[in-house]
Amino acid sequence: MSQHLRVDFIKCDGHGVCAELFPERIRLDDWGYPIVEPGPVPSALLTHARRAVVGCPALALTIAKVADR
Amino acid sequence: MSTGAPSRAATDPTPPTGVPRLLGPAPAGFADHCARYGPLPTVRSRSERAALVEAVERSTLLGRGGAGFPAGRKLRSVAERGRHTIVVANGAEGEPASHKDAVLLTHAPHLVIDGAIVAARAVRADEIIVVVDRENAAVCAAVDSAIAQRSGPGGGHSDVPVRRVGVPSRYVAGEESAVVNFLNGGPAKPISVPPRPYERGVRGRPTLVQNVETLAHIALIARYGVDWFQTVGPLDESGSMLVTVNGAVARPGVYELALGMPMPDVLAAVGGTTDDMSALLAGGYFGNWIPAPAVTGLVLSRRSFAAAGGSLGCGMLHVFPSRACGVRESARVARYLAEETAGQCGPCVHGLSAIAGTVETIARRKAPRGALRDVRRWLQDVAHRGACNLPDAAVGFLTSALTVFADEFELHERHGRCTHRDTAPVLPLPDRADRDWSWR
Repeated sequence: MSQHLRVDFIKCDGHGVCAELFPERIRLDDWGYPIVEPGPVPSALLTHARRAVVGCPALALTIAKVADR
Repeated sequence: MSTGAPSRAATDPTPPTGVPRLLGPAPAGFADHCARYGPLPTVRSRSERAALVEAVERSTLLGRGGAGFPAGRKLRSVAERGRHTIVVANGAEGEPASHKDAVLLTHAPHLVIDGAIVAARAVRADEIIVVVDRENAAVCAAVDSAIAQRSGPGGGHSDVPVRRVGVPSRYVAGEESAVVNFLNGGPAKPISVPPRPYERGVRGRPTLVQNVETLAHIALIARYGVDWFQTVGPLDESGSMLVTVNGAVARPGVYELALGMPMPDVLAAVGGTTDDMSALLAGGYFGNWIPAPAVTGLVLSRRSFAAAGGSLGCGMLHVFPSRACGVRESARVARYLAEETAGQCGPCVHGLSAIAGTVETIARRKAPRGALRDVRRWLQDVAHRGACNLPDAAVGFLTSALTVFADEFELHERHGRCTHRDTAPVLPLPDRADRDWSWR
């Protein structure tokens, strides 16, 4: 199992908190909406990923477990 | 020929050989339809249900709505979720340049309903909802009349109620989560998945959303068997396919063609091209441009088009004449897609509008410095960042336009020049004045 970040773009309002809290994997586009680096979050960075998830004011960011293929 | 088909009574009509299968002479009504195609198998017992799902899986039938998802796998995923499910026959057809679902529903609505009935039995559904574009009066009338013909005594061999619902005529309204959202009383806008409709759909029930053409093929697989189905088309994506051919061809329209047909034969079947073709737009505005020299080597199949970097999508093929400007036409479509955003996802709302605006400045030969570079960057940024695939439609369409019409784009942007004098619009788009702008 690996951990992937998901953005629900219907919920996301582009607050930008996630990119502040987890710049290693999240940057913002020209309009302030997050672009998440594809692929699993390395375990060394999971604490930061979880902080970004908890910090999202719109509850739009989640971590999903994906079965490795 | 049909060695594996179920045994058939001597009085049953012969299954069609070759093509057409769906668009033969239009049956005059339900009785005529039954005489033409023979009785629909019952699909009642557990083993009959399993056999139907397995037959559709083995048939290699791919969904005809655009995504090409294996029809059998979708059927199985709903069948495995128990009883009291719902079947949605999706004929919303939001693609403005595609008419094949409308033609099928006016021509052979009973075949679609048959397919929905056997699918409903296979997944133990309590209800069938036929979803159509509410702006298309002919389609609404044809479906209503077909349902009415079956409601009388002995009229439908269906114990599952069938009703018709008209959805707003918007580009993304036919996306399956949007259909479900609308049927649940919401706007016809896509919703975030998962849960997908097969898990939680109409009224929270597992819902099979299947394109109407897919269901019509399932109706024939149920009757005549897998071996019959595979007598047409390649063995990995068998059957015939409805295509909408338009642009610079002698006889534009909806055709039923055998999958695997070489593209030169497809063009010959529609009367040949009437103008020099610079590119083929395949799969509608959800699709891609394919340069003319690459077209001759293709065959009509998802696999062949995918190998060429394109997609067959809903089967819309537009023969684009070299007298028309690819930059200007791409700008028109970019604007249309931007206007059809459901307005829910930031990257789509802002990204598609920025992309359309900048492509329009390029087309008008008034591009600011770095316009093409911005468009390329935005296209990379918006990909896969929406609840539905509308951003990806724009990405696929424009990325291929930037490749196929690369010289033209460069000439417009850098040098403010266009080699085309003909400015009449070419690609079919709905008139802004009488567009359905509502989501409810």
